[in-house]
Amino acid sequence: MRKLLLLSMVVLVGLMFIGRLFYLQIYNSKAYDIFEDNAIRTVYTYPKRGYVYDRNGELLVANKPSYDVMVIPREVEPLDTLEFCSLLKITKEKFIETYKKARNYSPRLPYVFLSNLSKEDYAVLQEKMRKYDGFYIQKRSIRTYQKSIGANVLGDIGEVNQAILNKQPYYTKGDLIGKQGVEITYEETLRGVKGIRFIQKDRFNRDIGAFEYGRNDIPTEPGKDITITIDSKLQEYGELLMKNKRGGIVAIEPSTGEILAMISGPSYDPNLLVGRNRSKNFNKLYNDSLAQPLFDRGLQAMYPPGSPFKTINALIGLQEGVVTTDDRFSCAMGYRYGNRKMGCHAHRSPVNMNLGIYESCNAYFANVYRRIMDKYDTAAQGMDNWSKHVKSFGLGNYLNNDLSVGQPGKIPNVETYNRAYGENKWYTTFTISNAIGQGEVLTTPIQLANMSATIANRGFYYTPHIIKKIESDTIPSKFTTPNYTTIDKQHFEPVVEGMFDVYNKGTAKSVQVSGIEICGKTGTAENYAIIEGKKTQLTDHSIFVAFAPKDNPKIAIAVFIENGYFGSRFAGKMASLMIEKYLKNDITRVDLETWILKHTLEHEYEKPYSGEPFGINRQTTLEVIDDKEFEELIALKAKIDAK
Amino acid sequence: MIRENQRRFQFDWTIIVIYLLLVAFGYLNIMSASHTGEVTNYFDTSELYGKQIAFIGISFVLIILILSVEAKFYERFASVIYVVAILSLIGLFIFGKDVNGARSWYGIGSMTIQPSEFAKFAAALAVAKYISDIETNMKTIESQLKAVALIVFPSILILLQNDAGSTLVYASFFFVFYREGLQQVYLIIAISLVALAVLSLKFGIVITLLIAAVIVFSIYFFRRKKRASLIQSITILIVCTVFAYGVKLFYEHGLKEHQQNRISIWLRLEKDPEKLERMKKVEAYNLIQSEQAIGSGGTFGKGFMQGTRTTGKFVPEQDTDYIFSTVGEEWGFLGSSAVIILFVILIARVLYLSENQKSQFSRVYGYAVAAILFIHFTINIGMVMGLVPTVGIPLPFFSYGGSGLLGFTILLFIFIKLDSNKINEW
Repeated sequence: MRKLLLLSMVVLVGLMFIGRLFYLQIYNSKAYDIFEDNAIRTVYTYPKRGYVYDRNGELLVANKPSYDVMVIPREVEPLDTLEFCSLLKITKEKFIETYKKARNYSPRLPYVFLSNLSKEDYAVLQEKMRKYDGFYIQKRSIRTYQKSIGANVLGDIGEVNQAILNKQPYYTKGDLIGKQGVEITYEETLRGVKGIRFIQKDRFNRDIGAFEYGRNDIPTEPGKDITITIDSKLQEYGELLMKNKRGGIVAIEPSTGEILAMISGPSYDPNLLVGRNRSKNFNKLYNDSLAQPLFDRGLQAMYPPGSPFKTINALIGLQEGVVTTDDRFSCAMGYRYGNRKMGCHAHRSPVNMNLGIYESCNAYFANVYRRIMDKYDTAAQGMDNWSKHVKSFGLGNYLNNDLSVGQPGKIPNVETYNRAYGENKWYTTFTISNAIGQGEVLTTPIQLANMSATIANRGFYYTPHIIKKIESDTIPSKFTTPNYTTIDKQHFEPVVEGMFDVYNKGTAKSVQVSGIEICGKTGTAENYAIIEGKKTQLTDHSIFVAFAPKDNPKIAIAVFIENGYFGSRFAGKMASLMIEKYLKNDITRVDLETWILKHTLEHEYEKPYSGEPFGINRQTTLEVIDDKEFEELIALKAKIDAK
Repeated sequence: MIRENQRRFQFDWTIIVIYLLLVAFGYLNIMSASHTGEVTNYFDTSELYGKQIAFIGISFVLIILILSVEAKFYERFASVIYVVAILSLIGLFIFGKDVNGARSWYGIGSMTIQPSEFAKFAAALAVAKYISDIETNMKTIESQLKAVALIVFPSILILLQNDAGSTLVYASFFFVFYREGLQQVYLIIAISLVALAVLSLKFGIVITLLIAAVIVFSIYFFRRKKRASLIQSITILIVCTVFAYGVKLFYEHGLKEHQQNRISIWLRLEKDPEKLERMKKVEAYNLIQSEQAIGSGGTFGKGFMQGTRTTGKFVPEQDTDYIFSTVGEEWGFLGSSAVIILFVILIARVLYLSENQKSQFSRVYGYAVAAILFIHFTINIGMVMGLVPTVGIPLPFFSYGGSGLLGFTILLFIFIKLDSNKINEW
């Protein structure tokens, strides 16, 4: 017993020590993280964010300095809160609340206490900040937009949110990150790489040199400048035309797939989302549930395409060999099937392809569609084949491009109808609306613009994209490889001729531009809204799809004007003006321009929500803006012309 | 001739290998904890680790000397060595040099020597010599008092030099005395007093005394055969009461503020958050930094010379008393456990060999070696990990310091020499 006392105590102490070590080092210890190590000070150096230029080299987005008040809670000493709050122009409650947040985030890491000081405030504060331990002013660089255009294209930057912080360790709290537009899709290119230096501290919190001789440091890489495909002048002009209307315009250069303009109405000044009022302004835009300025109608709005879609059915008919350009069908104010009738308007009959396109004859395309479907034994096989052809135009799916938002649209297939009616329980007549771009077909303006570009190219398209050039880098190859449709080249000529005749003698005769051979197609799309729980039909959307010149096309465009009624009423005029502006830089159809600037659809948008009964389409009236507003628009136009 | 050769190499290699491992590993950790700038020369004597290498060299020379001297020498000259050690301790009051408020060093040029480090083996020799004397019987009060006097003398001298930590080391001789015949009752009293002191500080005197009363009276009622008288039990309780109040009084008035705070931190007595916050910056600072450094090491550690807290010198005295926190940060749970296991094996091995000694002198000396190592090991590592209140004593073979390393080397190798000689004892 006597012999064992010390021995057993030695063993006991040894076990206790190992137990304690286990507690300290394994049980109670988190995985080592250099950023959490209070012996290491992490110093970030933020590179300059890349600039954004338009296709002509005009600077669109640059940087400007901004000053944030930062706090490191651990280093804060008791201070005269009232004086400090009055300096920062905040309330005491706000001070306490923010301080608490900073503490909860981390007692020793810098936290943005107050962001984006004005220059004047900075000048005053700079001197006095030294008095307040733990607070300091950090200079950052924020965006500045040279022109008040393209908010939906350019996007904006803002503080990184928690979800991204959790997923991407690159970012630290308070970092700025692209939130919309090219700022988000080219975030990594524009931001560069922030530099990180790890500095070894001693226990008095003094720096004693680079940690491990700088082995873990990350050098700063400046952000790269990018050139986007937008023609800022065309963009600006388009936004002017869109004033007082809602809708989207997308213009593409067919030979490259470059997006020349991308307009969404209503728009807003991108400078609203810079600086101290960013969140206030953002919430205002975000909460406008009727006008939805943050909703990019050019990319996100899915509408039935209406008549422009007929061109695709013509192409499929030719490709499948079920129709020739000379085949004629009669039309007596519509197309009868069973005991039902698809209406049409008054025009000559019988109808061949050319006439069918430029008069937009519903009966003609119903017949073509039936022939496409009936080529096969079952409706399912016909549908399957048709769907494949349509999808080869980039419809019914995401374009897989470099825009931050998008919608796939919808092209029905066998599945769609099997689900709706059951297998083998549906026939071509069930789907006949697809012949004229109604029914189950949905497209976005950019998809229609791309469809137009594909026809302009006679059979292929480049994925529409926004990036033109990246500083010391190349753009992704998927934007420079053509995508071919399933339609042979020779079938496009008759369709192109038909679209040309739409301008010559068809539905778009009134919006001709002398000296430019434009091919186009009007469209009108029925649409509904849920108002007070009731599905209500609203005035048709005015749609226009075009490209020009007919040979060697330079621009393909799709214009959607919500509730603008028939195609040439709003959309056609605007498409012609855009094309003329881009190709000639001068407007000869001043009458069209004045008409568009003068007319507003705001009353049309308010009508359904006024609570009073209202008429649509033929019963609507045109309204003009007042003279003062018109003068302002004319002044704006003069400014654009002057450049 | 053959027997001669065999005898010469009959040293206990287990102990020697562990010793070498500890010294080498200690050296690496001193390098980590003390280097300034990049290490280019391991023998750079302007740096602490370079000096430590020199001390290790001197130790090796000493080892050869110790092992070549006739084993009987240590027994014969134990008294002389003891007297020299005591004189050197007394000499400090005249020639000593103040370092951090303790007068424990002689200064010779740029070198300093700490005699208390050498007094340990001297006291061990003296105690071994006294107990192994045929006239000594540790069961008698007289012998017990004389033996205690042998260790009280140096420990008082050391206490007077303001080195409370080193004084505490002499408590280790209690294990030696107990092994050699000290009555069990002392062990019970010692344990009871420690428990009484800790409990009364932690839970207050009333609760502690209630517990004591319950224990004392249950013993009174259940030990019917050899029942102690009621008066005896009451006396014990009165002693307990007096002692408990004595402890409280001593804690509140007898201790210096920093000592009081150390105990308060250990037992988590402080309730006032403001004072606690202040203590965290002063008395508990070392401990908090040390625990964080160890904790940050995790399972595998950050690697040699990679400890951020070590490099940033966050833990004060990390190359000396707090050297184990370097091990914890850079070598992790695995490395730290290895060090603990090495110490346990070393002490157990010394104990095992001691029990097998034929001469009582060797056995007592070996026991003293084990006990001294045990106290250092327990208090030092316990302190670094917050299990024991802060007491500044070094970790044997590990901590930076020439006197310490040489003192422990001598202590251990005299035993190795004695052990190697056991076949000559009849």
